[in-house]
Amino acid sequence: MEDDDSMIASEGNNKEAMEVEVAPALISVHPAQDSVAVAVGCELRVFNLREGCSITLGAESGEACDHKESIRAIRYGAKGKVFVSAGDDKVVKIWSTDSWRCLYSVPTEKKVSAVAISDNGQFVCYADKFGVVWVVELDELHENQTPVQKKGSPLLAHYCSIITSLEFSPDGNFIVTADRDFKIRVTMLPKKPIDGAHEIQSYCLGHTEFVSCLAFVYNQEFPQGYLVSGSGDSTVRLWDFASGLLLHTCEVGSEVGHQQTNGTENNHFAVTDLCATPDGSAIFVAVQGLPGILVLSCNLSAKTLSVLRVVSISGEDFIPTSLGSSLTSDFLWMVMGVSNLPGFDSSSLARVRVISGLNKCNLGSVEEDDNIKILEDKQVPCGEKVLEKLQGSLCIDKDVFSAAAEAVKASMRNLLIKKQYSSERREFRKRGRNDRKGKR
Amino acid sequence: MKLEEAATQESNPCISKSTRLPRKRFYRARAHSNPLSDSHFPVPISPHHVDYSLHFPQFFPSPNSDSDSDSRKIEFADIGCGFGGLLISLATLFPNTLMIGMELRDKVTEYVKERILALRISNPNQYQNVSVVRTNSMKYIPNYFSKSQLSKMFFLFPDPHFKEKNHRRRVISPFLLDEYAYVIKEGGIIYTITDVEELGEWMKSCLENHPLFEGLTDEELEADPVVKLLKCATEEGQKVERNGGQTFTAVFRRIAMK
Repeated sequence: MEDDDSMIASEGNNKEAMEVEVAPALISVHPAQDSVAVAVGCELRVFNLREGCSITLGAESGEACDHKESIRAIRYGAKGKVFVSAGDDKVVKIWSTDSWRCLYSVPTEKKVSAVAISDNGQFVCYADKFGVVWVVELDELHENQTPVQKKGSPLLAHYCSIITSLEFSPDGNFIVTADRDFKIRVTMLPKKPIDGAHEIQSYCLGHTEFVSCLAFVYNQEFPQGYLVSGSGDSTVRLWDFASGLLLHTCEVGSEVGHQQTNGTENNHFAVTDLCATPDGSAIFVAVQGLPGILVLSCNLSAKTLSVLRVVSISGEDFIPTSLGSSLTSDFLWMVMGVSNLPGFDSSSLARVRVISGLNKCNLGSVEEDDNIKILEDKQVPCGEKVLEKLQGSLCIDKDVFSAAAEAVKASMRNLLIKKQYSSERREFRKRGRNDRKGKR
Repeated sequence: MKLEEAATQESNPCISKSTRLPRKRFYRARAHSNPLSDSHFPVPISPHHVDYSLHFPQFFPSPNSDSDSDSRKIEFADIGCGFGGLLISLATLFPNTLMIGMELRDKVTEYVKERILALRISNPNQYQNVSVVRTNSMKYIPNYFSKSQLSKMFFLFPDPHFKEKNHRRRVISPFLLDEYAYVIKEGGIIYTITDVEELGEWMKSCLENHPLFEGLTDEELEADPVVKLLKCATEEGQKVERNGGQTFTAVFRRIAMK
């Protein structure tokens, strides 16, 4: 009986822990670095880097067009004309990056977990938490006064799994989806995606935990490119995505372990985000528990990944939750943040840091550290003004960093890792099942 | 040692003394299982990780080694194999083809496992090509089979899931057919049968509307010996037959994209 009570109590605790759901902050950079966007909770903050001013969304239309709940995915189109945001409020918003007016709003049935825009800007895809990927075809861009309502058509589905990442291949022939059930699926993109994508090219199988992020590495020599994936199993893997062949596995857990001074918990260094340089020679990796950022070098002709170095950030426990870079510029933008902080005065956190030397990091040897540089707040493009907008304020309480990192880590675990129950616990849970009721 | 084993087998009430086959009444299970729930059984990371020596020890004596001269792969998959009636019939009809049943309910899987082991003992060199695995086929098909590996897939008397809200739990659905089309080779055949008219219509229309499948002609259906087994080989089929119920079959071929 006592046992039962303690179990009931711990069940209750679990529920409470689940309820405090937080969303990590996200960052995305315009392909020509015209602007940069940060999403924290339901708030979308955009700064115009070209003109050095902050942007008010939907200023001209005058109607409320914010998201009502946490934003889970943001992205610029490859041409930079449109921007997509979506999340827990079940609306996908497609913005014009000229006027920052909401052009389309797409109501969805379920919460959205990932978005992507095809390279030609014709199609916007979004994935929901039930594993279905939907597609919306955009018409010629027009500047209507009110957002046009669109409806998505189903494109493909992972059976009842949360899709964590969604990418179009560089040649536009495939759409790649990753899920919490360790799978990466490569699907042929038909000419008319509205009718669904039925032909699966391959599955990239090898990860032993949820897959969290995807990126393509390619250059002129390898225009088809290869796929890179990061996962909760503390690895980054390189794939020949057309065949599903695993080319190389790079363990990042050991690298992070070295960095950890206290070394309390030595497992679960989940990879949270990846960002490849435009020439595909280096990959920046954000890892849970790693202050700073890990740089991998990627050798496309040898098809290997190797750890180049860890760029550490002095003065603060900065563990990025999201990475972004433009196609042309030399900067990697990073954000660490969380939608809400249970138990703290500050309601949310967003801290933005910028690294320069993106295009040179492959040339230098390991000893030659000077190429990759963390910029001080005054040195970032457009200076402190941009940080004031994206972070919400210039001075950030450094004490909340570790709490934020913990909150993000816990919510990611709750969302993506299967609950493990002991056999007694499992029996105990079954007791409440409808077909067992009344038998006791 | 041998004697001891024999003695325990003798006293094992789950095994029939006369036929040495497992007795069904000790493997009772609920008729339905939720395919959406998180699974807690081991799943192979990829088709290369499927240990053929566990399933077909006579053909693959050493675990996971490439030195085995046998390069055969599993070609038939019975999805939701239940108590394994169809597999047992197919095993002797196609003695050189490897086949596997997939079942979500663990007790039922145990029964089929025992049944196959018993049949292997009482019929030396037979039933070596058939095995069973407990898994959620709706989630893990790509973990077991590589592209174009299968030549036949069976969906016999699946759970009907009547409520519209639960249609996504059906084992034949437009999205899942994409996955089945991936593991079936061109020309391979998908067999479905049910005694629920509504589900029969649903499965047929899903297959008809899928660009990678086409229906078999009546002559082809007549010529295929497996079609006859759908009704009479499975436990569910026999039950329907006993009660004089109707059955609805849909048999389709995997074709190339037009």
